[in-house]
Amino acid sequence: MRLTEGAPATRILGFGGYQPVKVVTNDDLAATVETSDEWIRSRVGIVSRRIAAEDETVADMAVAAGGKALAASGLSPADIDLVIVATCTPEVMIPNTAATVATRLGIIAPGAFDLNAACAGFSYAIGTASDLVRVGSSRNALVIGAEKLSQWVDWTDRSTCIIFADGAGAAVVGPVADEADRPGIGPVVWGSAGDMADKIYIKDRNSFIIQEGQAVFRWATTALHPVARLACERAGVDPSQLKAFVPHQANLRIIEAIARKIGAPQAILATDIVHAGNTSSASIPLALSRMIERGDLSSGDPVLLLAFGAGISYAAQVITGP
Amino acid sequence: MTDEEILAGLGEIVDEVAGVPADQVTPDKSFVDDLDIDSLSMVEIAVAAQDKFGVEIPDDQLKNLKTVQDVVDYVRNAGVSA
Repeated sequence: MRLTEGAPATRILGFGGYQPVKVVTNDDLAATVETSDEWIRSRVGIVSRRIAAEDETVADMAVAAGGKALAASGLSPADIDLVIVATCTPEVMIPNTAATVATRLGIIAPGAFDLNAACAGFSYAIGTASDLVRVGSSRNALVIGAEKLSQWVDWTDRSTCIIFADGAGAAVVGPVADEADRPGIGPVVWGSAGDMADKIYIKDRNSFIIQEGQAVFRWATTALHPVARLACERAGVDPSQLKAFVPHQANLRIIEAIARKIGAPQAILATDIVHAGNTSSASIPLALSRMIERGDLSSGDPVLLLAFGAGISYAAQVITGP
Repeated sequence: MTDEEILAGLGEIVDEVAGVPADQVTPDKSFVDDLDIDSLSMVEIAVAAQDKFGVEIPDDQLKNLKTVQDVVDYVRNAGVSA
């Protein structure tokens, strides 16, 4: 039996992000539930978030972000043969989101599947796509994180409606042509803790998202910095060399606590949550897209990604700027 | 560990987590009312206390620890029984 010929390494060729038009401020929320701008800013660090229109779907947002990433990569739809959509809020369970998104982007007959690792989904999907390109199962892959959490939030529950939001972010993963080119996606360090499945969940299709905030906060600020440091170690990148740290935008307090423990004071810390809210699997690529737009990140700059969420699931890897 | 040692260690933790100067962390102070420390910072303090003192303070115990002295007592007693 013959096997595929792979690539020595992979890298990210481009990022893209999409946020819905509608801005919801803390004051907007304070008008309907008992909360305040000051309370939300101090506890979760969010000032405003974007919420999708009623008829705007996860696939719509995924197409918008995926199209931008494709354009940024310089590749054409014909170059893509794998599409992974990381989402925990698909419109329907059947069919999956990825095949529809691929067709709408003009990508013909790619391998296409959805991946659910909740807020850890983007790092899981990048790790998966990178490995599939390396072994030769795919030439170039489009990875998208897209979520419409607003449809799973109880808008009268002040503990969750202030946090979650909608959006999409995407990246194109391709091979590094020869040994001389440096790898742009490091080894993924991933894991899960199913014994904490009851900390963030949606009971059934008629229910809303429930989160035990304090337990999640304790877990995130205790368990994740070793995961992040291990991802650096496996990639052979010392935290002091990182140009940026882009954790899942869960809560500003969590992000800042983890950042302190990683020991990379020089790294730019992504704080996209301030104006994007927590968009689950979309938060990391959205934050990265914005960093590139702002010029914070140059090609080859090492960036640490750390994704974590319901499951509990988590994943980290070092990538370099496209 | 003496109460003074626990208090000094706790002062360092509160300074690091919440930016409250260690010399303000005196036994009679209430975390919420006097030191302006919220529930998430209390979790961070508990996590740091575990690293420093080797004493686990679970979330369900945390809500009973209202003053600095409460934490000193908890750490001392847990340390004895451990």
